[in-house]
Amino acid sequence: MGVITDTSWMIGGPQGSGVDSSATLFARSMAVAGYWVYGKREYHSNIKGAHSYFHLRVKTTPVRSHIDPIHLLSTFEDSTAEIHAHEIVAGGALIYDPSVTKPETLEMDASVKLFPIEFETIIRDLAEELGKPAAKLAIVKNTIAVAASLALYGVGLDVLEEALKGLFRGKKAGLVGVNLAAGKKAYQVIQSVEGWDTFAYRLAPQTNKPEPNSRLLMNGAAACGIGKLKAGCRFQTYYSITPAVDECIWLEQQTEYGIVVYQAEDEIASINMANGAAYTGARTSTATSGPGFCLKAEGIGWAGMNEVPTVITNYQRGGPSTGLPTRNEQGDLLFALNIGHGDFPRIVVASGDMEECFEDGFNAFNFAERYQTPTILLIDKALANSTQTIPKFAEKHLRIDRGQIVGAPESFNPEDPATGLPKFNRFKVTESGISPRSLPGTPGRIHFLTGDEHTEYGVITEKPEIRIAMMDKRDRKLHTAAREIPQDLQFKLYGPEQADITIVGWGSSKGIIIDALDELKAQGVTANYLHIRLMSPFPAEKVAEILTNAKKTMIIESNFSNQLAKVIKMETGITIPHHVAKYTGRPISQCEAVSAVQEVLTKNSRKVMLSCGH
Amino acid sequence: MATKQQQLPTLATKVKPFQLKSEKPIDWCPGCGDFGIVNAVQQAVSELGLVPWKVNFFTGIGCSGKSSQYLQAYGVHTLHGRVLPYALGSKIVNPDNVVLAAGGDGDGYGIGGGHFLHAGRRNVDITYIVFNNEVYGLTKGQASPTLEVGMQPKSLALPHISQSINPLALAIAAGYTFVARSYSFDAKHLKQTIMAAIEHRGISLVDVHQPCPTYNDLHPKEYYSEKVIENGTEMPRVYYLDDTDYNGVVADSTDAEAVNAKKIEAIERAYKREERIALGVYWKIDMPTYEDRLQSVIPALQGTSPITIPFHDEDMIPTTDLSYAYEEFLV
Ligand SMILES: Cc1ncc(C[n+]2csc(CCOP(=O)(O)OP(=O)(O)O)c2C)c(N)n1
Ligand code: SF4
Ligand SMILES: [Mg+2]
Repeated sequence: MGVITDTSWMIGGPQGSGVDSSATLFARSMAVAGYWVYGKREYHSNIKGAHSYFHLRVKTTPVRSHIDPIHLLSTFEDSTAEIHAHEIVAGGALIYDPSVTKPETLEMDASVKLFPIEFETIIRDLAEELGKPAAKLAIVKNTIAVAASLALYGVGLDVLEEALKGLFRGKKAGLVGVNLAAGKKAYQVIQSVEGWDTFAYRLAPQTNKPEPNSRLLMNGAAACGIGKLKAGCRFQTYYSITPAVDECIWLEQQTEYGIVVYQAEDEIASINMANGAAYTGARTSTATSGPGFCLKAEGIGWAGMNEVPTVITNYQRGGPSTGLPTRNEQGDLLFALNIGHGDFPRIVVASGDMEECFEDGFNAFNFAERYQTPTILLIDKALANSTQTIPKFAEKHLRIDRGQIVGAPESFNPEDPATGLPKFNRFKVTESGISPRSLPGTPGRIHFLTGDEHTEYGVITEKPEIRIAMMDKRDRKLHTAAREIPQDLQFKLYGPEQADITIVGWGSSKGIIIDALDELKAQGVTANYLHIRLMSPFPAEKVAEILTNAKKTMIIESNFSNQLAKVIKMETGITIPHHVAKYTGRPISQCEAVSAVQEVLTKNSRKVMLSCGH
Repeated sequence: MATKQQQLPTLATKVKPFQLKSEKPIDWCPGCGDFGIVNAVQQAVSELGLVPWKVNFFTGIGCSGKSSQYLQAYGVHTLHGRVLPYALGSKIVNPDNVVLAAGGDGDGYGIGGGHFLHAGRRNVDITYIVFNNEVYGLTKGQASPTLEVGMQPKSLALPHISQSINPLALAIAAGYTFVARSYSFDAKHLKQTIMAAIEHRGISLVDVHQPCPTYNDLHPKEYYSEKVIENGTEMPRVYYLDDTDYNGVVADSTDAEAVNAKKIEAIERAYKREERIALGVYWKIDMPTYEDRLQSVIPALQGTSPITIPFHDEDMIPTTDLSYAYEEFLV
């Protein structure tokens, strides 16, 4: 019987060899067994050949981050063991193909247990039994590697069967049998190895098993997509770019909902089509990443000037330029806050985990329509591509807010077209800054939009007094938003109110730091975490209050220049003295976060640079 | 896929062109060809009996771009070169509106060149009017992509050394389903061409020769009304394709070979070198629109449109049932 409640598993291989599907099968199996899973995906900007891997953590309780050491490394080709064997902990295990991997040549702890699997033999036997050509069965290698791992962890074959059924549905149901047969053979091989059942990281059985089908296993891109669907998003434009394309493709598959996903000729078309559709009255968004976000600058400014409710999701990846196209970074915060020339209000929200991706994906349209201004969602690649088991999203509390939309005025008489023609002061100067909006097609509410400065009717003007009135009016919307947006959507303090140290962070750092708080507590450190979610309008007053009352403050961010620290300084005047930064493109691990906090506490380091991860 | 009939939102009592003039004073130079185009748009909307508040007029940036401020309909002055993306996005989500787009030759064929090409591939049901004056009017007369090589209007420091594009041939090749040429001071022809373009179901291009008296001294109004000598006879500069035996309309769009032959003929016509200028429809074909194709791949859109599918109840509670979307993630 295992006693381990928290384990780390990795599978790797050349891109295109099925690493992703292996990881999905493993994660599903563990979820079926009732465990909680967090998996991060690392890949190159390449289609076939370059090394990619999936690093999964399995726990008996909810998990939101990865740890660096590997307890079980599962491989079906030579490169993964060569690259990652040295990361296996003492007492960990390696599953490998003896025909391509020679353990004696690997740099690896001597206590690592070896589990050779002759993949070719299994496949050959299977081919004979099923009367199928062996070449056609090569793909079950992935299943063999997963099944062998499950066996070692003490997870039953019935779980694998259930997971396979979940994975291969509908037209693909026929694949369950072959894969299960291959899995059985893998179990037999593992169980024939001396000492297999004393593997040091054999998992404790899950006693507190969640109801089947009560949870979701998904990544941040899909979570945001689901939030958009719930919000009634009917038009999403994009131009293909990693990692934003995942959300778009997923949305395109949801044909039940009548959403149109439009692959435009470029990102400029994407933002401007989105503006056109949002103005027309459809809930509309566009999704992109760094380079594409740059191209959208002018269009976002137009939406700001014309008070059009366009939602822009920017999936952050390593910059500048093409940068690290498939890797993580939180490098676009300052850019998002300033994108576009001139001054205009924009709402910027940075999601921190799956639930926030869902909620923000939903709320973005409410914000955009209520405040009639572009709303930017920032999601980092680490969130977009990580898979996690989560409870089903709470939906009951959600409400649609379309802001002020007006229909035909009472004076309109359908018999008399002249009554449909009067102009409408779409940009009426109001105290809240928000003006009633009419959608094209509405009689009696004709008005103009223009990127030039304009009057209440949308007519071009350069009059100084109107300029002042309009700039002020648009700006007031942001103050209204700051007052109205519920505080728990703006920021949140996790952990004890009083702590030795307050860690500030945003985006995907949330899960890592929250997981790290427990570990720190075990090490005798009381820390709390200030998570900032609403970046514009920035909750300056409240954040200042928390920081001023904190004993010691530090910030952890996945970017070069600690952009959130700069924003806090700009908005509150407060300097956070200890900066932890990571810009290798690899997400921060729980271990890194814990040791960074310890380093700040013990050495008082001003700058800590993190670099774990291949 | 069968092609459908155009259904325009019309009024029982037509509004008069003067009712379609906005209050904004026009600030184009005296004698500018742009006046003629805006007048023709007002006339066309009036004569077709269109519901003015269902007309959505998108324009680019330039002298021409200001047109959307002068028509009493929903008017959107977009960004330089981006008028087509706005117009397409709007029409796709709400096909009930009549979408007109307009802009300069620099706007559409220059900075917006990419959108110009790709709009052809989609065949969204909109009408696009290009003000072709061979210059960038609003930035004081630099060369536009339609200015021929070797030309030097007075606003250019040096003779133009880049080749010009042929917008009609380009549009036909890109997939536009209605391609016509008109002239801004030929009020009747221009109005009729715009009306035909609006009535065409699919994307229409109307390239309008437009004198810019301020910067383009090579092709002022007088140039267009001049006589030219052709085969020893004096002929008017501007003439009509309708008066020739050329017919650019594809009779049967399902006959691929005939369509190709016609397309080549139309491109050839667009490239015809002559001193004279032929106005009229160079190419017209009835084909399924983007909106039709969308409905064929997204059954949920059949008989409705993105903007009309409800997503909340009276209490603003979202009505979207996520169970279909959740299915693949449940564990
Ligand atoms: C992105 C961008 N670049 C440049 C400009 C400056 N600009 C304004 S109008 C114009 C050219 C207008 O020429 P055209 O489109 O032919 O219209 P016309 O004025 O001739 O009607 C330019 C370059 C701009 N507004 N936006
Ligand atoms: S510059 Fe030319 S195109 Fe512009 S308004 Fe004057 S005449 Fe017309
Ligand atoms: Mg021009």
